[in-house]
Amino acid sequence: MASHESQTGRSSGLFASPDTSSFTEFLGAYSPELLPGRRSLPASVSAGEEIPHGTTIVAVAFPGGVVMAGDRRATAGHMIAQRDIEKVFRADEFSAIAIAGTAGIGIEMVRLFQVELEHYEKREGRTLSIEGKANRLATMVRQNLGMAMQGLAVVPLFAGYDEVRDVGRIFSYDPAGGRYEERDFHSIGSGSVFARGALKKLYRPDLSAEDAALVCVQALYDAADDDSATGGPDLTRRIFPVVASVTSDGYRRLGEDEVGALARTVVDGRYDSPGGPTAPLR
Amino acid sequence: MPFYVSPEQQMKDKADYARKGIARGRSVVVLQYADGILFVADNPSRALHKISEIYDRIAFAAVGKYNEFENLRLGGVRYADVNGYQYDRRDVTARGLANVYAQSLGTIFTETNKPYEVELVVAEVGESAETDQIYRLTFDGSVADEHGYVAMGGQADAVAQALKDRYTEGASLADALRVAVQSLEAQDSDRHLEAKSLEVAVLDRNREHRLFRRLPAARIGELLGSTESGAAESSEGGSAGGASGA
Repeated sequence: MASHESQTGRSSGLFASPDTSSFTEFLGAYSPELLPGRRSLPASVSAGEEIPHGTTIVAVAFPGGVVMAGDRRATAGHMIAQRDIEKVFRADEFSAIAIAGTAGIGIEMVRLFQVELEHYEKREGRTLSIEGKANRLATMVRQNLGMAMQGLAVVPLFAGYDEVRDVGRIFSYDPAGGRYEERDFHSIGSGSVFARGALKKLYRPDLSAEDAALVCVQALYDAADDDSATGGPDLTRRIFPVVASVTSDGYRRLGEDEVGALARTVVDGRYDSPGGPTAPLR
Repeated sequence: MPFYVSPEQQMKDKADYARKGIARGRSVVVLQYADGILFVADNPSRALHKISEIYDRIAFAAVGKYNEFENLRLGGVRYADVNGYQYDRRDVTARGLANVYAQSLGTIFTETNKPYEVELVVAEVGESAETDQIYRLTFDGSVADEHGYVAMGGQADAVAQALKDRYTEGASLADALRVAVQSLEAQDSDRHLEAKSLEVAVLDRNREHRLFRRLPAARIGELLGSTESGAAESSEGGSAGGASGA
């Protein structure tokens, strides 16, 4: 517990200005050193190589919701930094966020974003609209632009359930803070090129929630197949992708059993056809 | 030159002023039940809350002047979120929050002309009833550690007496709610409270992550009806089972 003096000094700040419901804005005035993107970096150093990077994320919308999934690998240069990192998170009751790029900064951004949403909800007594959440995240990405220019880029993928329109929606970002709404599906990260090719062939507008999750696992398998920085399902260690769905029932992370079963289906299928399911030619 | 007023007299005047202001409003009760902590306010407003979520396991109840306790609530949310962000979610405690409130209320009481006309409860639900914490804070910054039940605001003494007669440990939600409502009705001899004029929330230790949940009017009517014969308010909006703690 802090000393009395510091507590009275600090608590007065808690009850005073700025009059805002944004946690980030308040923290910027109260304890700016806690915010990512406000730190000064040494000029012209590319620190990026040796710091762990998160890799591939995919998201697929289906009628009434959206599924998001990420592989479990973090790489530092050519080394695997971690084989069971988690890159898909609950943002709030009706949205999910995932990150690709510099893992440390990305995870900090996710934590800040989670608090941001909850803080607004508690102070205002209502949740932000899904566009409001997506815009708020864009601001946070933009604040990281300075670090992105020095090689510490991080890009999130945001997906949520739109209660007004009863659909799942996906938003992607660029390091400058550009916010783009995606149709049907999207992927980010180093393996995204391969994942997106798979998603394009496997996506159907009438997917069920379970099939959408299967499409995600297939796409991640294809990404891991061709991208060295993306990890495939690890059946021996029982490390499977993190898969989460957001529907009118809220955010739900699929259990290890469920994802394990999906991963086995995908891997078993690849024994017969290593390239995965084939699309009809005509 | 102004007249000399002794510090004793000054403090007494301020305290009387604050007590009068608090007694003008309506009461709020907080009590422990089998699955956690129940908050019930005699408050017909759907938008201006007297009971609110602060953090995962912590809630806030207040009586008195709305703008004053709302300011304290907003500060409390900031305190909790800053500490939870900086350290860990487990490191946000009701005790810490009660200390911040006590400091703040104490400073306002001694250093300003007009004290806050508020009384607060900060409660944290634990893993079991023994580890539940309920702190009551008064306008001058004093803190009391309460067990079982608390009544504050309005005719608080009458309500507390009624609670004392009826309260039992480990009651079900429906029983605890009925006790709370009967106690609130003790404010006036002819007072009858319906589901619509109650603000009810729980900290339910069996939930996950954020344990605070408001009960919608339909659910309140259902709970009161299940123990009281004759109350014919049935469920309208379906069950509140999956509702988020908004």
